[in-house]
Amino acid sequence: MLEADNLECVRGERRLFAGLGFRLEAGELLYLQGKNGSGKTSLLRMLIGLLPPETGEIRWKGQSIKSDEFRGDLCYLGHLNAIKEELTPLENLLAAARMADEKLSEDDALDALEQVGLAGREDLACKYLSQGQKRRVALARLVKEKRPLWILDEPFVALDVAAVDWLAGIISGHLQRGGLAVMTTHQLVEIPAGTVRELRLS
Amino acid sequence: MFKIISAVISRDLKLAMRRQADIVSALFFFIIVVSLFPLGVGPEPDLLRKLAPGVLWVAALLATMLSLPRLFADDHRDGTLEQLALAPHPLGLVVTGKVIAHWLVSGLPLALIAPVLGIQFDLSTDALVVLTFAILIGTPALSGIGAIGAALTLGLRGGGVLLSLLVLPLYIPVLIFGAGAVDATVTGLGGEGHLSLLAALTFASLGFAPWATAAALKIALE
Amino acid sequence: MKDRFNLYRFASPATFYPLAGALTPFFFAVAAVFGLAGLWLGMLVAPTDFQQGEGYRIIFIHVPASWMSMFIYLIMAGWAAIGLAFNTRLSGMMAQALAPTGALMAFLSLWTGALWGKPMWGAWWVWDARLTSELILLFLYIGYMALTAAIDDARRADKAGALLLLVGVVNIPIIYFSVQWWNTLHQGSSVNLSKSSMATTMLWGMLLMAMCFWMYSIAVAFMRVRTIMLERERNTEWVKTLLAGDEK
Repeated sequence: MLEADNLECVRGERRLFAGLGFRLEAGELLYLQGKNGSGKTSLLRMLIGLLPPETGEIRWKGQSIKSDEFRGDLCYLGHLNAIKEELTPLENLLAAARMADEKLSEDDALDALEQVGLAGREDLACKYLSQGQKRRVALARLVKEKRPLWILDEPFVALDVAAVDWLAGIISGHLQRGGLAVMTTHQLVEIPAGTVRELRLS
Repeated sequence: MFKIISAVISRDLKLAMRRQADIVSALFFFIIVVSLFPLGVGPEPDLLRKLAPGVLWVAALLATMLSLPRLFADDHRDGTLEQLALAPHPLGLVVTGKVIAHWLVSGLPLALIAPVLGIQFDLSTDALVVLTFAILIGTPALSGIGAIGAALTLGLRGGGVLLSLLVLPLYIPVLIFGAGAVDATVTGLGGEGHLSLLAALTFASLGFAPWATAAALKIALE
Repeated sequence: MKDRFNLYRFASPATFYPLAGALTPFFFAVAAVFGLAGLWLGMLVAPTDFQQGEGYRIIFIHVPASWMSMFIYLIMAGWAAIGLAFNTRLSGMMAQALAPTGALMAFLSLWTGALWGKPMWGAWWVWDARLTSELILLFLYIGYMALTAAIDDARRADKAGALLLLVGVVNIPIIYFSVQWWNTLHQGSSVNLSKSSMATTMLWGMLLMAMCFWMYSIAVAFMRVRTIMLERERNTEWVKTLLAGDEK
């Protein structure tokens, strides 16, 4: 479903990688590995369509990813949380969903926040939350996420052991439903379901 | 389409309401700059009447410039802008929403306070009405054109100064027709012609600027 | 089909670099010929103006410089459009190479305008519609150069600069029209250059000087674009072989 062909990435004056290609089918997870600066994040930004590759092409369901349709199938979680400090976790989730034209009821949002362990803090402005809690607000988006392609940049950073297990469960649930996921990570986490592929950038 | 725009507006307004200091300080900047001019040029009413349109408009341009650098910077820093760019609708719609929200918190207050400041310059009632109206219909163009500059300078060193350098020359038509409307009223020529040209500028820039801004944001996000 | 192929070939820096190098002396030579002819016609042949005396001869610099300042902006915008549409590397480099020359022309036009204005209007600066528009054009050039200089990543600088140029080109007619309107309302002094009846020799002199400036602009833009190419592509094979060849 997700295909990349002969990708080349040049940042500034350095060529990070060239001739890179892979194929990912429903229910598969792709782990991107590599040292700092090897181009993991650049590759992710290519896959979500924000960074045009120097050469090569990326296709989703056989179509180029430049279409609006692709973005409707994509859920991206960057290393930045994309939450507003001034808003409460609940407001953050609802505002993000409305701006992305997704349906998310208040009950669903509250349920998601409860699952990430933020029950009781829904109405506290995010600036009063700890780093790990802010990350959980960002991850709460994934709980009700139905879009088939997840691209996650370092999703396990700043999470405690229990939260890592919880997130691994969420991702494997997504794969079992026939979803696809691409993610970068430093710590290898066992994902209990789906086919796991690895891609090492050097 | 309107759902997206209104979602962006309501979020930005909510954020602005929790950071009221920003709105208030731009407004006070406007008030102070305008109030300093009589101290610089002397209190003769004839001179002040002559200067008023230009002074008020230039101060309005500068006050708008103050809040522009933050238009996209916060969303860029915390990653929200990426999410907005990945939404399954054109980024131009999101920008339209942000421009409207920016006008509501920066342009609209200027228009509301302008008649009070006009009194300091001994403007007649007619001139005050035209002044308010001109600022009301001219400032959306400032927000729209300014958004292009804000997107082009996103994340750059010394972005604020650079932004003024890029945007202020493009503001010249708005300044000319905006101040011209008040001037024409003061001299008894009638400002309708100016006002309709000003409205045309606003419509043109609100139609064109969000798409140029969206293109600039995509360049900045690469 | 063959033409198309050639265009793409010359759009690559590796082929454009030697081509620009070979053409630069030619354009300089042509510029010198046109310049000498233009100056001869303008300074020696053209009759003294009965109203303005000898001072009017500065228009042989002033008018071509104004023409070129506007023309170069249009060319830059053209490169910008090509660059955004086809993502060619050369376009951004050409736009950046042209900008300083365009700014120089705008400045020259303002400066000679002031020199001409002092004896004619009795003031160095008058808010004449043309001078004001020229000043705004200079601001646009400076804005473009400041923006591209502030962006470290060359690709982003090219694209952002290209977008600014296109926005500028859309705005220039509006700005020009609004300044005209403002000027007529405020009844600024205007002794228009075009009002004085222009003899054919004067027109020819200005055209020759314009050709001279044009050829000069191409020559310096080529020189500048060669420097930009070397700097940007210093890690590529063709630059390395080129520089290695120079050292031998």
